[in-house]
Amino acid sequence: MAEAALKQSATEARLAGLEMPQGGWSEAARRDALARVTAMGLPERRDEYWKYTRPDTLVQADPVPAALFDRSDEAPLFDSIDRLNIVFVDGVFDAEASDDLALAGVSIERLAEASADIHWARDLYGVLETNGQKPVERPLAALNTAFAPDGVLIHVTGKAEKPVNLTYRHQSETSDAMLHHVIRVDAGAEITVLENGPAAARFNKVMEVDIADTGAFHHVRAQGRDHERRAATHIFARLGAESIFKSFTLTANGVLTRNECILELTGDDAIAHVAGACVGDGDFHHDDTVFITHDAVNCESRQVFKKVLRNGATGVFQGKILVQPGAQKTDGYQISQSLLLDEDSQFLAKPELEIYADDVACSHGSTSGAIDEEALFYLRSRGVPEGPATDLLTLAFLAEAVEEIENEALRDEINARLSGWLERHRS
Amino acid sequence: MLSIKNLAVKLEEEDKQILKGVDLEIEAGKVHAIMGPNGSGKSTLSYVLSGKDGYEVTGGSAALEGADVLEMEPEERAAAGLFLAFQYPVEIPGVGNMTFLRTAVNAQRKARGEEEMSAAEFLKVVRARAKELKIDADMLKRPVNVGFSGGEKKRNEILQMAMLEPKMCILDETDSGLDVDAMKLVAEGVNALRSEGRGFLVITHYQRLLDHIKPDVVHIMADGRIVKTGGPELALEVENNGYAGILSEVA
Repeated sequence: MAEAALKQSATEARLAGLEMPQGGWSEAARRDALARVTAMGLPERRDEYWKYTRPDTLVQADPVPAALFDRSDEAPLFDSIDRLNIVFVDGVFDAEASDDLALAGVSIERLAEASADIHWARDLYGVLETNGQKPVERPLAALNTAFAPDGVLIHVTGKAEKPVNLTYRHQSETSDAMLHHVIRVDAGAEITVLENGPAAARFNKVMEVDIADTGAFHHVRAQGRDHERRAATHIFARLGAESIFKSFTLTANGVLTRNECILELTGDDAIAHVAGACVGDGDFHHDDTVFITHDAVNCESRQVFKKVLRNGATGVFQGKILVQPGAQKTDGYQISQSLLLDEDSQFLAKPELEIYADDVACSHGSTSGAIDEEALFYLRSRGVPEGPATDLLTLAFLAEAVEEIENEALRDEINARLSGWLERHRS
Repeated sequence: MLSIKNLAVKLEEEDKQILKGVDLEIEAGKVHAIMGPNGSGKSTLSYVLSGKDGYEVTGGSAALEGADVLEMEPEERAAAGLFLAFQYPVEIPGVGNMTFLRTAVNAQRKARGEEEMSAAEFLKVVRARAKELKIDADMLKRPVNVGFSGGEKKRNEILQMAMLEPKMCILDETDSGLDVDAMKLVAEGVNALRSEGRGFLVITHYQRLLDHIKPDVVHIMADGRIVKTGGPELALEVENNGYAGILSEVA
């Protein structure tokens, strides 16, 4: 029992340094979450779900300091997009830098300010996270539910006039931020949520998204270029009938990133796409962990993850499609691929399908490969130098993931980010 | 234009000599054809000239307008004006044909210190050239060579040649895999590019392509050497007597 005891003491050490926000409608959910995380214990390296990613720096009481990064060589992301911008600096809301939280078709509040006893978010806060704790435990998400001091509560009642952009700035080398967002999309309503920035030296973020029948949620996220930052993020989404969930994440740099996405398709004819493109150079570990549950008829899910790794970078993919009994006509697709630009980099993939219905079409594939030398020579023989030719082929490799972004302007911004990164990281 | 002297080449990975002293002088404005049986070294010559990995030059030289091309990177050779139309054009999923063409045109211009072509100008030129080669808008939008038929791939090679306006064009078995109509279309595209300042080296196994692209000089290659040189009539001799007849004659 030595292991259990160690886990318990590590969990206690972490909890000792945290203070639970008191009062209001969320307090009961927070207490429940604390009870859950105490019972589960925080993850440690012998946990099966953390086999490929060491959780210790995400769990330990104090964050590992992360040097700030000078990004003066590129304009802030999504600046060209007409949006409502909400800024958090090291996890702390920045009213000066943020727009007024007023948007047609949407009501936006901050978690820290929503202190009444009754609130719409009460039915969701920690609820989707709790649902997502089975069959696999996600203690860092429960920790977040218990202690996150702030976040945004977005209730989408119509077609949002413009995207809501959450900007996460990192200004303190020792910041340890937690944010918890709750998004409710009503029937027929639609919103695009953007997120960008490194957030903090260590960032723990949960986003719970409830999409009613025929609602649509689009999400494009870019995790910042700070080399030393660490992050554990969770998205928990529940999809009603004929609803749409589409999420794309760009990750450039970061010593440790674990992005979990837990989706439950509960209404017939729903569509869920989750995609990611990551580029890592050197001390970089990126983990995409996805769990999609089909619990309704004729739903479609797609997972498209592409990783470009060099100089000893590591990529991890754990992706599962669970098709429950009765979830007939399920169309599930999962692809995870890595482009290894040298022999020191590695990609660890664990694709899983678990199917309890007999009339389904599910496919999955996972590959690791190098740059296609024939294609590279073809480009060079046309006059494109080796560096730009390699970049072009790398962008082509990432394209299937990036094309999951429906909005062209957003897609262009992400592609420009990737091009810039590749250009700066040529050998 | 292109001056090849006593060029000897072996495979990098194995001890196999492919070219055993090739001499060739191609003047500007002329079309030279190299014919020869399989395994004679024709394609190797085209790859070595364009800079493909896997070959080791063991002797001799190759110069384009006096500049040693064997010392250059593949992209430098292209910028210097050398173009190889591939026997097997490479498919590049995820890279649009237009993006590819524009990147190549502007990379060469940049390397030569010229101004890059604007998007509008490029579009105008590419549309006109594509139309001549019966390449439709859809083929321009699709990823490079992906899902193209054999004929479409070869026409796409000629489109690249037309856009890049090289000084020295090497066509490696451009007729392979083409039916007669497709071959005519490709040949018309090549003929349209013939000019006083441009040299051509047409590598082919069969005489039929040379009915459409009329050569000034024909060389027969065998076992890594040019064994016979003559006028267009030499191609007809191959057609009538096969390589065996000619090779026994020079042996």
